Amino acid sequence: MIQVRDLWKSFGGNQVLKGITLSIPRGQTYVVLGGSGSGKTVLMKHVIGLFRPDRGTVTVNGVQITGLEGKALTEARRVFGMVFQGAALFDSMTVYDNVAFPLRERGHSPTPELVREKVLAKLKVVDLGDEVLERFPAELSGGMRKRVALARALVSDPQVVLYDEPTTGLDPITTDYVDGMIVAAKQKLGVTSMVISHDVASAFKVADRLAVLYDGRLAAEGTPAEVKASTDPYVQRYLSTWFQKQ
Amino acid sequence: MRRLQAALEDFGGMIFFAFEAVAWAFRPPFRPWLILTQMAFIGAGSVFIVGVTGTFSGMVLALQGNYAMKQFAAEGYVGGSVALALARELAPVLTALMVTGRAGSAIATELGTMRVTEQIDAMDSMAVNPIQYLVVPRVIAALLMFPALTMVFNLLGYLGAYVMGIYVARIPVGPFIEHTRTFLVTGDIGHGLLKAVLFGLVVAVITCWRGYSATGGSRGVGEGTTRAVVSSSIGILVVDYALTLFSVGT
Repeated sequence: MIQVRDLWKSFGGNQVLKGITLSIPRGQTYVVLGGSGSGKTVLMKHVIGLFRPDRGTVTVNGVQITGLEGKALTEARRVFGMVFQGAALFDSMTVYDNVAFPLRERGHSPTPELVREKVLAKLKVVDLGDEVLERFPAELSGGMRKRVALARALVSDPQVVLYDEPTTGLDPITTDYVDGMIVAAKQKLGVTSMVISHDVASAFKVADRLAVLYDGRLAAEGTPAEVKASTDPYVQRYLSTWFQKQ
Repeated sequence: MRRLQAALEDFGGMIFFAFEAVAWAFRPPFRPWLILTQMAFIGAGSVFIVGVTGTFSGMVLALQGNYAMKQFAAEGYVGGSVALALARELAPVLTALMVTGRAGSAIATELGTMRVTEQIDAMDSMAVNPIQYLVVPRVIAALLMFPALTMVFNLLGYLGAYVMGIYVARIPVGPFIEHTRTFLVTGDIGHGLLKAVLFGLVVAVITCWRGYSATGGSRGVGEGTTRAVVSSSIGILVVDYALTLFSVGT
């Protein structure tokens, strides 16, 4: 369960978040929609403690992330997996070492056999085989990098997975594939997911609940049907571009 | 006034960053293979450039020393004076400046690129502290390798001076070696190595900080790297002056 309460954040004189409050029940997928520069990524980085709010709190599974620092914050992040917008794979490591990284470096010292077993299993979940293991991120397509990033996010069996623009820059077939993986991660692994996106089609495909972020505030929030029925002018304009295409 | 405030905030951030690196250095998990990798990069990778610089510095010092000493018919003192200048001053300072240009710039660029492509955030999100994983091994490796490279500079510099002094300037071997023994004591080498350790700390902290705090895409990484090299070079000279003043007085 993720709870965000009255979250405020500014950078210099720019007020990015203006009192965000939302709640994500365990095992559900929550999508935050919004235009470029609306503060979606800033909101997500608060959830995992990469940013400190000016005001407000973030609580994950009963632990207040916003009050933690140093080793305590590092420990609290063990429940998370995160897929970054640009995949953020370590470019000096192979695919295998990238996916194995959280297992090897979190201090549990698993055996090499166990690491290999888990890495191959998670790569299989994202439909990647042995042929990519020794490749470096620069040798992969954008879609493959996203899939490796998802495998890395899932390899330590996190309770919460955060997706930052998971379908940005992907072709329609790969986008559909990534959407399917987000749904599968929820159904097969029971993870709680928070997805940041500006892709309306993907959002309505994967979301249990949706929010539309505009000017630092949630312009609409609820189930996909509730958000679709919102009378907020920005939400109507934002969603209409996609619904008209349909 | 605003620029001064920003500079002070940046300096404060770097000091805090250095203390954080020290604190993380003593917490498990320890990663010796990362330290070895960085030792290979900073140390073994810099042997060639440090060796070349040391050899030529020693050769030039011998020729210039011979030119000066000849005025007083004191060519025999060239070996001792070169050895002393190398051990106390030139070896640690020139080694540090050369390693800053080769390895320090690479450290700032690598960490800066990792920062702007969210690789450092990714590490944080995986509950792996990036200061412990990325910065601590580089600082420890620099602390160990700067003195080792300084000794390489000392040895090759003296060898270059010996070859030039004996075979080109025709200085007699006996006085050359004898005055080296008289002038140079263990404390002089220790003084140079102490400088090297502190230069290693200064260079590692500054270059890591510049990379770690980079913002603004590839342009920010480039600016960070430039500032890393400039700040490190100035830091080396300031620390050198302070230590020399403290050591020999006015």
